[in-house]
Amino acid sequence: MAEFKPANSAYEWFDQRLGIDKFLKVMMTEYWIPKNINFLWAMGVLLSVMFTILVVSGIFLLMYYKPDVNMAFDSVNYTIMQEVGYGWLFRHIHAVGASIVFLVIYIHMFTGIYYGSYKKGREIIWISGMLLFVLFSAEGFSGYMLPWGQMSYWAAYVITEIFGGIPLIGGDLVVWIRGNFYVSDSTLTRFFMLHVLLVPLAIIGAIVLHFYALRFPHVNNEAGEFFDFDKEAQKYLAGDKKSSKVVPFWPVFLSKDFFVLGFFLLFFFYLVFFHYDFAMDPVNFDKADGLKTPAHIYPEWYFLWSYEVLRGFFFEIAGISGKALGLMAFAVAQGVFFVLPWLDRSPMVKPANQRPYFKYWFWLLVVDMIVLTVYGKLPPTGANAWVGFASSMTFLLLFVTLPFITRAEAKKVGGK
Amino acid sequence: MKEFKILAIIVALVGITYYGIEPYAHHVMHPEVKAADFTFGDLKNVDTSLAGNIDNGKALVEANCIACHSIEKAGHPQIMSNADAAAAYGVVPPDLSSSGRIYDKNYLANFIFDPVSAMHLSHKYPVGGAKAFSMPAYNWMKPQEIMDVVAYLQSIAPKVAGKDAHKETFADACGRCHSMGYAKFEATTSKEAIKTYMGASAPDLSQHIKSRKEHFLHSFINDPQLLLAGTSMPRVGLSEKAQEEVIAYMEEVGDSKKAERESVGLWVMLYTFVFAILAYLWKRKIWSGLH
Repeated sequence: MAEFKPANSAYEWFDQRLGIDKFLKVMMTEYWIPKNINFLWAMGVLLSVMFTILVVSGIFLLMYYKPDVNMAFDSVNYTIMQEVGYGWLFRHIHAVGASIVFLVIYIHMFTGIYYGSYKKGREIIWISGMLLFVLFSAEGFSGYMLPWGQMSYWAAYVITEIFGGIPLIGGDLVVWIRGNFYVSDSTLTRFFMLHVLLVPLAIIGAIVLHFYALRFPHVNNEAGEFFDFDKEAQKYLAGDKKSSKVVPFWPVFLSKDFFVLGFFLLFFFYLVFFHYDFAMDPVNFDKADGLKTPAHIYPEWYFLWSYEVLRGFFFEIAGISGKALGLMAFAVAQGVFFVLPWLDRSPMVKPANQRPYFKYWFWLLVVDMIVLTVYGKLPPTGANAWVGFASSMTFLLLFVTLPFITRAEAKKVGGK
Repeated sequence: MKEFKILAIIVALVGITYYGIEPYAHHVMHPEVKAADFTFGDLKNVDTSLAGNIDNGKALVEANCIACHSIEKAGHPQIMSNADAAAAYGVVPPDLSSSGRIYDKNYLANFIFDPVSAMHLSHKYPVGGAKAFSMPAYNWMKPQEIMDVVAYLQSIAPKVAGKDAHKETFADACGRCHSMGYAKFEATTSKEAIKTYMGASAPDLSQHIKSRKEHFLHSFINDPQLLLAGTSMPRVGLSEKAQEEVIAYMEEVGDSKKAERESVGLWVMLYTFVFAILAYLWKRKIWSGLH
């Protein structure tokens, strides 16, 4: 056992036992972030704050919510929204927060793609980030079922039905997921468990991994420049703050993040109080009714692009049914972002606009995903179905061609 | 400057996406219908310019209406229990006390003349069909007599205002079929009786202000067939003011925290704004020594 001297202050007493000094240095004052960044680098902190807001508001909702098909709807819409003091506030924050967290995730994700922050040592950051995207999706989907409204029920019905298309095990799998032959009380209770326990635990684990993965390859910067962080940190500590390429996480990096966070929260609270319909669909204020199918069933907006990839294949090609093709395309869409670091064969780590070929690919992907999202909501009839097909094919082709495009780019820039 | 450019690009992309999945998709899924008509101009069987005679109207009402309808305000109480009345007529017949206040004059006159066509329920009660609507058409009455009845009903209607009127109008106009669970209000006709009578159950309206929204309700209550062709819900013929009272009541019950939400919202945004400004000043101070 180490020798402990008598402590002169409470701080010292704790420091001897917990190494507070060292800890704060490693985590805050000597955790180095590049200086050459813009506000897009604040998305990580925004997401951490949003996740905290979701957890806290969720805890309050959890005190009154009842996961039972006969009580769920009224426990949300009457007890929480009308009887409990400020219950409506927590529900609005939770519902709008769940939607907005995806907006920030998409911005964060496309920032990573734009600046090439997924390769040359940053692969685990990217993969853990994608893992978080999948976990947040599971969290969003399971949470959307809990108010037990019409859209909760029918979106759950349609999405769980998707698994039925998997060969051999499909039918059994659907029953296993639902805990019944149809979406029922057992489905609600297990999704409740997933939403409040298992998935949040996994998210916290993945966040730890994501943050840890940043430590060694370090955060990327606006120019995609690689430099010696230790040397730059020495410069900063020696007082040459102006020419040093790094800043400490606290207080320099966070001061910028708080500023971005302030204006972001202003926008967020505007939505929470005055413009929440996009996150709280009117259809979901009708209680779930398994005998009454709504005229239009659509998932929340953040799932629309992948939902459209699923729906895009609506006719048989080469003897394979549209449904099976859609399911295959959907499976590819769920996984393809994970392998992006290996599909990009160009060694360039630069903003997309400085990359001769990749820039076209990037902006085409952005446009295609917006088209998929919009048409994922519209009824898939007439011309809409063909737009869906074309944009789904474009999505797949973009990823098929990426290795060739980036290899050509690597050749052109001579491996730089 | 560069950061503003990035922000502008993000705002534009998010704005386009939002437009596509919200206003545009909504427009595609719910096409606009003909504007609500509170004059009920399609009903022309009775000349409503005739001035009604209240005394004659009273005599006509007592001879023709009170066998089935109660008129509490004029001393004709309901003689059967709700359950018995529903069993006898299919649905509990309305008390006529407030009819002169809540229904449009033209609608009321034409309703008396021929209820089924006024309600736009000919698809449920076709002429000579197996099922007849419980109230017979009074098309044998002279227009003058119908206007006398209308004048009498208008003369006895109690004057109510404010929140009391909201609740009362809802109870009189909707409450024979629809419940409002969140206000502990139960429809006077039982669920089972409605289902037998209408062929469909009438939904509880507690959350309809949220699930249907004011814009939809404005058209739908005025003429349900326009938005939901074939529905069993009759056009009830509320005047614009009465319809506004009904919708106000639906909002008081279904969105009871609206006022609180809007006032708290302003304070929270103000607080956040101050935070953002302070954060900006702090950031400037910290970053000033770095470039």
